[in-house]
Amino acid sequence: MSLTPEQVRQVAHLARLKLADDEMERMRLQLSSILDHIELLQAVDVTDVPITAQVTDLTNVTRVDAVTSSLPVDAALANAPDRQGDYFRVKAVFEE
Amino acid sequence: MALHELTIAEARAQLDRGEITSVQLTEALLERISALEPTLHSYLTQTPELALQQAQAADERIKAGNASSLTGIPLGIKDVIVTKDVRTTCGSKVLENWVPPYDATVVSKLNEAGTVTLGKLNMDEFAMGSSNENSAFGGTRNPWDTERVPGGSSGGSAAAVAAGQAFGTLGTDTGGSIRQPAALCGIVGLKPTYGRVSRYGLVAFASSLDQCGPFARTVEDVALLLETIAGHDPKDSTSANLPVPDYRASLTGDIRGLKVGVPSEYFVEGMEPGVEKAVRTAIEQIKDLGAEIVEVSLPHTKYALPVYYIIAPAECSTNLARFDGVRYGVRLEGKGLFDEIESTRGQLFGAEVRRRIMLGTYALSSGYYDAYYRRAQQVRTLIRRDFQEVWSKVDLLAAPTSPTVAFKIGEKTDDPVAMYLSDVCTLPINLAGVPGLVVPCGFSDNLPTGLQLIGKPFDEATLLRVGHAYEQNNTWYKQHPSL
Amino acid sequence: MKYTATIGLEVHAQILTKSKMFSGCNAAYASAPANSCIDEVSIGLPGTLPVVNQEAIRKAALLGLALNCEIPEYCEFSRKSYTYPDLPKAWQITMYDKPICINGELEITLGNGETKRVGITRAHLEEDTGMLQHGDETHSLVDYNRSGVPLLEIVSEPDMTTPEEARLYAIKLRQILVFLGVNSGNLEEGALRVDANVSIRPEGQKELGTKVEIKNMNSFRNLERALVYELERQEKIAREGGTIVQETRGWDDAAGITLSQRSKEHAHDYRYFPEPDLPPLELSREWVAERRAELPELPDAKFARYISEFGLSKQDAALLSGERETADYFETIVATAGASNAKPVANWITGELFRLIKDGEETLAEVAKRVTPANLTSLIEVVAKGEIGSTVAKQVFEEMYRSGEAPTEIINAKGLRQISDSSVLSQAARDAIAANPKVVADYKSGKLPAIKFLVGQVMRATKGQANPQVVEEALKTELDALN
Repeated sequence: MSLTPEQVRQVAHLARLKLADDEMERMRLQLSSILDHIELLQAVDVTDVPITAQVTDLTNVTRVDAVTSSLPVDAALANAPDRQGDYFRVKAVFEE
Repeated sequence: MALHELTIAEARAQLDRGEITSVQLTEALLERISALEPTLHSYLTQTPELALQQAQAADERIKAGNASSLTGIPLGIKDVIVTKDVRTTCGSKVLENWVPPYDATVVSKLNEAGTVTLGKLNMDEFAMGSSNENSAFGGTRNPWDTERVPGGSSGGSAAAVAAGQAFGTLGTDTGGSIRQPAALCGIVGLKPTYGRVSRYGLVAFASSLDQCGPFARTVEDVALLLETIAGHDPKDSTSANLPVPDYRASLTGDIRGLKVGVPSEYFVEGMEPGVEKAVRTAIEQIKDLGAEIVEVSLPHTKYALPVYYIIAPAECSTNLARFDGVRYGVRLEGKGLFDEIESTRGQLFGAEVRRRIMLGTYALSSGYYDAYYRRAQQVRTLIRRDFQEVWSKVDLLAAPTSPTVAFKIGEKTDDPVAMYLSDVCTLPINLAGVPGLVVPCGFSDNLPTGLQLIGKPFDEATLLRVGHAYEQNNTWYKQHPSL
Repeated sequence: MKYTATIGLEVHAQILTKSKMFSGCNAAYASAPANSCIDEVSIGLPGTLPVVNQEAIRKAALLGLALNCEIPEYCEFSRKSYTYPDLPKAWQITMYDKPICINGELEITLGNGETKRVGITRAHLEEDTGMLQHGDETHSLVDYNRSGVPLLEIVSEPDMTTPEEARLYAIKLRQILVFLGVNSGNLEEGALRVDANVSIRPEGQKELGTKVEIKNMNSFRNLERALVYELERQEKIAREGGTIVQETRGWDDAAGITLSQRSKEHAHDYRYFPEPDLPPLELSREWVAERRAELPELPDAKFARYISEFGLSKQDAALLSGERETADYFETIVATAGASNAKPVANWITGELFRLIKDGEETLAEVAKRVTPANLTSLIEVVAKGEIGSTVAKQVFEEMYRSGEAPTEIINAKGLRQISDSSVLSQAARDAIAANPKVVADYKSGKLPAIKFLVGQVMRATKGQANPQVVEEALKTELDALN
């Protein structure tokens, strides 16, 4: 299974990863090789086989509606790369 | 015997008898860490001040007579586990400066038990890797041969225990990240049943596969650690609401009558003969101890690798999407919001992390979901059924852990698929959610090998019982690397 | 050419809970300072995990049942991935292909009195995002207070054909949400948000036209205005032979127009997959039956019953049935006063009580502590017995409204009881006759209505406390006796 450069570009966009041109190509070759390996699955008969999204077999794990946790604003903002007052600050959106 | 060579159980006995103090133990280990770090690089962050404070508090608690089984024992924590006020990097440049405002549940449990935290252990970036070479801060070296890798992703956790830089450590295991490095470093490592130990505060790699578990030099020590960290956590919806057994009580030495299955599929093509010999010899010994050995088959084993390399990257592609440099971590300059996010992620994530994010994003994307992700989840069901069926025939399984001994640094870095094959015997256990215990089973070319015992869900006790019986009939655990 | 419009609405309703959807973080953020209603989970710190708020599940089911939805036995959360700074994990936990409510309907009454059924496709639970604010020209500011607030998205079938229908649907849905206590109904604060999908097609054509999504309408009036504008815009394009582009448009209230926000070419690929951190929900039929039993009688049913059972006017029935608090209050009083008194109860509430509340600053709940069922019942009884007249009754009501005193006490204290004692009234009648010979002469000469003047005189003399009928009788007796 070989990916096209356009597919790799599209996936990188979805994944929000800026990749240099040479890395795009290296990524394309490596992903294609991994996908070749994964092709093995296409041979498995999965007719009527349910999916396994998790293995716990648990259901209805919920909590009572009560306020039990909080984080002081300074603790939350202590790690912020950029802040203004009690807000996290980011560059304005240009794209899209 | 040097203090750093004690087991946890031995140290416990000496602490309780007042023959040593936690401060003495801690100082000895801090010294050992300082001496070996330039060679091994097991730790990403050392916390000597915190450790000594905790040691003093532990000594008071011991004196007051209300010590727990781990009070005063110096331990290390894999850097993917969140520690309040102690930098937590996950081995990544993206989180190089992150100082979390909260503790993981397992860390809270250790703190309640009164353990001593020596520091945060090196690892493959975001737990993705099998050699520790993907650490953004330089890999850890194998204490048995410093030209070789310790395994991964919990390489620092395994190396630190093997080298006497900690009495025990915590790691995480998503596809073999506890068991493979335990085998490659010649120590005991346990991946508990999915849901046995809280995941709250483990920085998620693949949420349906991740489990936290202990490393130590003996099965008894691992049992002590498991007892302390296991149990239901209301903050983790996938944690099991089951009582935690007295695991030490299961270490009877008597394994007569147990049925041990040996799955033929785990002796894979390309397995090193020395590894296979060590594992088969260990299985023979288990038979000699009175267990019944049964050949069994888990026919879907060969699909575990491709299933894993869809499910784990898919989950990680979302779990790691939050690292955008907005709320925490490092942010690179850019022309606008998305340019900054994409530059930060593109440049600060390492190659393997970027590769898996790409792979997972692709597998979940519109038009490919059914062929990849959905199909992988269906095949996961078949893999799980293999295990469910085999439990009607046997009480546990015995198998190799890694097809090879520790490999040379740089040997597999250019070939992702070859690296992935290193986990071929450990991945199915995560996909099925069952527990796996690794105990050292001798050497091949002077490098450690590990026997993997695989159990029924929540039956860690049987694994520990068999692992302990085997261990006590050998002397592997008494051997230390010469450093 | 004539065109047919097709309109469907997507309503996002914040669910009234104390804590957020997936953690015990305070959800009452509306007037809180920036980033003061947050915790580790709601800002998506690495390692955190979600735990479902059971109250949000209960309220979602209540709304579904009120809309005649099916509540499936199995429902699950999924991850919806997209990167934006207001979404801290870069995925939203939402219900994708297994929502909690499906296949419902809502009946609306049009301006011409006809009713129309609008289908409900689904309603599902999710978490709200944080909020991005304008900082300066080059920066935005992020506040995560809203992040994680439980949100119910209610999606209608594209069954509406006019802006009026869309407005009536939204008003009716809001009424039910508020009536059930599921939502505050506050559009301005964004607790309730309405998006519309609208397309046109030539009359008679079956195939639907290209769909445009409209956002940012913060009132029902603006919803209608935006749809009117959008339909005209689309019809103009169609008439001129242009192509309608599939896109999202925002309502610009000041300009009174819709503006393109993003076209579908940049459509997101949300990469939904089941949320591995949350076990699925299995909603037993018993649980659903319990929720159904919890469901209060809804406004439509109350409206009909108030007319058929109590004989109320449509207007009073509508005024009393639309809001839970008013309906409950009305019914509590009727329970004390008896169904036969329902009409005067309704009159008092919709007349004097509403007038006084409107002029004052108190809520019905506060006022109800004073205008109690016992007090209002007692007032109705004394009026029925003729002990006070309607003018005095209003005076007593107002006094009761202010002080909370019982009507009988007010009447006694102020001496407001009607005078029916004929000896007292006979004397008053004789005094009036003596003082007004000219009027008496008119009466005697056959101008019988002249007696009304004398009644007025007696009423004035008795400060309005006389029973006017008794006064007239007494006057007649006295006048007849004059001959």
